[in-house]
Amino acid sequence: MSQTPKRTDAMPRRPIITFENVTKRYGKVVAVDNVSLTIDEGEFFALLGPSGCGKTTLLRMVAGFETPDEGRILIDGKDVTAIAPNRRPVNMVFQSYAVFPHMTVADNVAYGLKVAGTPEAERRTRVAEALALVKLDGYGERKPDQLSGGQRQRVALARALVKRPRVLLLDEPLSALDAKLREQMRFELTQLQQTIGVTFLIVTHDQDEALAMADRCAVMNRGALQQAGAPSDLYEFPNSRFVADFIGQVNMFEGRLTVDEPDHAQITAGELDAPVFLDHGVTGAHGATVWVAVRPEKIELSSRELDQPRPSMEDAPPGANVFPGVIRHIVYLGSESAYEVQLASGRTVKALRTNLTRWDQEDFSEGQPVWLAWHACSPAILFS
Amino acid sequence: MRATVRTREKPGPLDYLSRWPLRLWVAATTVFLYSPLITLMVFSFNNSRRNIVWRGFTLDYYAMVLSDEGLIQAFVNSLTIALVSTALSVVLGAATALLLWRFRFPFKPALEGALSLPIVVPEICMGVALLVFFTKVVPWPTNLIWPFNLGAIIIAHISFSFSFVASVVRARLASFNREQGEAARDLGASEWRTLVDIIIPHMKPGLFAGALLAFTLSLDDFVITFFTSGPDTTTFPVKVYSMIRFSVTPEVNAASTILIVITVALTAIALRMQGPDAAEAAHK
Repeated sequence: MSQTPKRTDAMPRRPIITFENVTKRYGKVVAVDNVSLTIDEGEFFALLGPSGCGKTTLLRMVAGFETPDEGRILIDGKDVTAIAPNRRPVNMVFQSYAVFPHMTVADNVAYGLKVAGTPEAERRTRVAEALALVKLDGYGERKPDQLSGGQRQRVALARALVKRPRVLLLDEPLSALDAKLREQMRFELTQLQQTIGVTFLIVTHDQDEALAMADRCAVMNRGALQQAGAPSDLYEFPNSRFVADFIGQVNMFEGRLTVDEPDHAQITAGELDAPVFLDHGVTGAHGATVWVAVRPEKIELSSRELDQPRPSMEDAPPGANVFPGVIRHIVYLGSESAYEVQLASGRTVKALRTNLTRWDQEDFSEGQPVWLAWHACSPAILFS
Repeated sequence: MRATVRTREKPGPLDYLSRWPLRLWVAATTVFLYSPLITLMVFSFNNSRRNIVWRGFTLDYYAMVLSDEGLIQAFVNSLTIALVSTALSVVLGAATALLLWRFRFPFKPALEGALSLPIVVPEICMGVALLVFFTKVVPWPTNLIWPFNLGAIIIAHISFSFSFVASVVRARLASFNREQGEAARDLGASEWRTLVDIIIPHMKPGLFAGALLAFTLSLDDFVITFFTSGPDTTTFPVKVYSMIRFSVTPEVNAASTILIVITVALTAIALRMQGPDAAEAAHK
């Protein structure tokens, strides 16, 4: 395997795949809508989105099975838009694995080398290397129907990697595996990518999978690229309601921007009986409609006495960012508990609380009045 | 393992076979299916020219068959026609199936429909049509040397058997995982290489099943052959028909028995060569 070292922040970013204004239509349906995106060498990059969002079409365009109607695709600086799939320096692991049933495991892995005319001796060593890499040594003489689903996937991986591609494309690689194996393969794929340093471009609809494995993700919706960035960027700094809602869980409140200064801002939301205070400016028009997105784990719960005055958060003016509610439902999840709290406006808010001690979950019960509070830096403000 | 355990009260579909009414049913079916054939074979050893009652065992009629030049010639003709038309039907049928599976083109549904015409059109109509075709449209010369004088019959046989091959292969191709073809392309194979290395191996059971169908259809075809054969190009079924117009002698039985044995043997060999896959495909 080629030993490209893992990209670190100290190293300059070198683009390996570039999409330039790529559009693909099927009849009147726009599958991919003017996507521009750069993937750097050595990255583990995930294309994430609901089914039918165009992520698979984008991947298939890199492999060469689809041609863009507009725009172009560069691999390693070369325009490959018009190049046939068998002449591109990328290899793919298919969703169905597509292992050739009439060939042994070794013949499957050797196929790409055989087509390329690699001498037999070199072929044999490279096949053995590739099989060792995916932990299938000794399985060479087996036929695919004697393998489990997970093993077949490893054959597909070895078959693609043995060609030493510049980019490995993976189409929903974990969707056909059972839950436990999926968890394990997630880890193994990350490990493998770090060992060999090849750029991985993976397509998935599972946000957990993307967040757990990828260095960077691109979220797509209806053919358009919504946001690209590191998993933590997507989770903490979503740029739209779609991304905030698609990645993780979120409480969203529609409101109006009433104060917007460089060092603070304030939003009034109909469903919240107190203003939302932020310790940073949001650079929006005064009075603009915005959405306040708060993740459940960023909401603090404390018990509330009836007739107790509204407490204050230390980083917000008195009265802001604290809201009275009543616990309607508790789901005990072991490491944490999920609370559904109903506000005075009738709106339910989801809050997550880590069970730090073994008695934590006994602090609250259904029907109990509580205060909901969050810090001035916790909500993400969305304009679309 | 637990899934395979069956409770006594609810028999599975196969369990019914262990009950006597069903066994009787199976036995009766077998008897009705095979007793005529067995009778035919038994009476080929009958030492009686009229062949109505059993008069004792003899191999004389086999000797007569083997020395009957006309019959041998008809037999060789039949096998030659069957082999040549099978080979050509498989190539044509497979190519048609690939075309219908792989490409989109105008009038594709029309072509798919037209493909099944030779299967549904009554054989007698096909026979008359081919007779007219070979006498009026493309007159086939009658004085060619063997085996070229069989050309008209071979073409006639291909015209109906290739659509059987195409249907069988088309059905087989429907189960092809297109990602396998893409995987081969992705690994560097050209379209042609993908066809040879990946798609044809997948088609194989269909090709064998189609070939078997074409071979047996050609070997025992009477109606179409009857209309397209000339005086010096008799096939085995046509010859047997002309023999029984005089009388049903054990000679006919003996010749038929030989034909049955050869067909069964060839089928068995073909299926054997392909393993259990083909046997399954042949019954689809």
